[in-house]
Amino acid sequence: MKIDFEHVQAAHCENGVTKNLLKFNGVDQITEPLAFGIGSGLFFIYIPLLKINNGPAFAFRTMPGNIFKRTCKSLGIPVVRKKFNSKEKAEKFLEERLKEGMPVGCQVGVYYLSYFPKEYRFHFNAHNLVVFGRDEDNYLISDPVMETTTSLSRYELERVRFAKGALAPRGQLYYPKSKASVSPDQIREGIRTGIKRNIRDMLHIPGNFAGVNGIKFTGRKIMRWRDKLGSQKAGLYLAQLVRMQEEIGTGGGGFRFIYAAFLQEAHAYYQNDTLLETSAKFTAAGDLWRSAAVQAAGIYKGRLQEQSDFNDMGEFLFQIADIEKQAFTALSKMKWK
Amino acid sequence: MEKKNVPQDITKLENFTREVCYALDENGNYVTELSTGWDIKTDALGVAWTDIEERVSNARKQVLEGKASPILFFMELRLMDVGIVSAYTGFWKWTIRRHMNAGTFAKLSEKKLKKYADAFDVSVNELKTMQVHED
Repeated sequence: MKIDFEHVQAAHCENGVTKNLLKFNGVDQITEPLAFGIGSGLFFIYIPLLKINNGPAFAFRTMPGNIFKRTCKSLGIPVVRKKFNSKEKAEKFLEERLKEGMPVGCQVGVYYLSYFPKEYRFHFNAHNLVVFGRDEDNYLISDPVMETTTSLSRYELERVRFAKGALAPRGQLYYPKSKASVSPDQIREGIRTGIKRNIRDMLHIPGNFAGVNGIKFTGRKIMRWRDKLGSQKAGLYLAQLVRMQEEIGTGGGGFRFIYAAFLQEAHAYYQNDTLLETSAKFTAAGDLWRSAAVQAAGIYKGRLQEQSDFNDMGEFLFQIADIEKQAFTALSKMKWK
Repeated sequence: MEKKNVPQDITKLENFTREVCYALDENGNYVTELSTGWDIKTDALGVAWTDIEERVSNARKQVLEGKASPILFFMELRLMDVGIVSAYTGFWKWTIRRHMNAGTFAKLSEKKLKKYADAFDVSVNELKTMQVHED
């Protein structure tokens, strides 16, 4: 049992699943950057009190699940999303969909994902992949971060679908309810609402942990890490920041390059130069995030140890916050027509 | 980032997959480019693993000195925290902290030990003796 499903690699798993499932269901205009932008994927948050892998929690993107949900909603495509209490029911439901010829998106944990190299297997439960068939005891898997398709045994798939801990998937699966077609006007509208929601998330979110304020806040905190934590722990925290920013799935620069690509593509739907100008700003922000990563590496490799080095690191984040603020402010003033 | 600057460093991803990066081509348009990896983030991952190895060896030491039970060791080995152990075993967090005491651990029933062993993907005997099998 194998569905004729086209596997196209993507930078980020959820973008890739969204794009590939939509394409299967007849919507072939949605590229990875469009899915990311319409789903308002860009974000920043730093939660000092929440510890992940013994380091602080950072995120450069919106909550898992949002990109698929928002993109489909914006384009008027109804979706099915289900969680399960029983492993048997979860597998049975999946089997039935596969028999009907419907490839299915699954949320899974990475720790027991056998085809990943050991170095990358942490208890991270918001990875996404598509199951598109079964060959005897092996499920056929399209994991968007992989160059080619792969497979998991029944036991392995069950284990990753029922990984435990934060964001436990509980067998969660999702797919568009039916074939659909999408008009250019719907995409235009999706782009507009996607950008507006992203402006809200980055500029107007309350508190100082998130959005552009969160980037500034993180910069200020980092400047104090050397005294407060000591250089070893500070290095560990900075390494965590760099991993969240650059690790597989971000497309580089903490998703800023994907967002810049989205704004370029959006220009084909709205001929407004603000989109190209802000795209260039996000390219600059992404480049600065990468320069900051190089600076952070100097610290966690032990080459840079002075307080001034931590100050420089913080300064990078201040600069980034300013650029991203300018970019979203420009977008918020844009005339949509 | 320009396409020609997309890093192509040798990393742990070799023979596994390359990753998609978004970068600008000569005309300033965004395109995708496959990258084999970037030393900066390989180092970040290395820092995380050095920390894990340190935690595991500290935990082993504490168990051997009788200051902790093997649950601490396997929790660190499997990159878990008490919250994750709790989610896999169904025990409350404070119960797990109590079971991390060597004396309390020695009195645990087979049934409870089995729950821990399953969560850590080892046998009860391996759990008791801190033997590690490679998965």
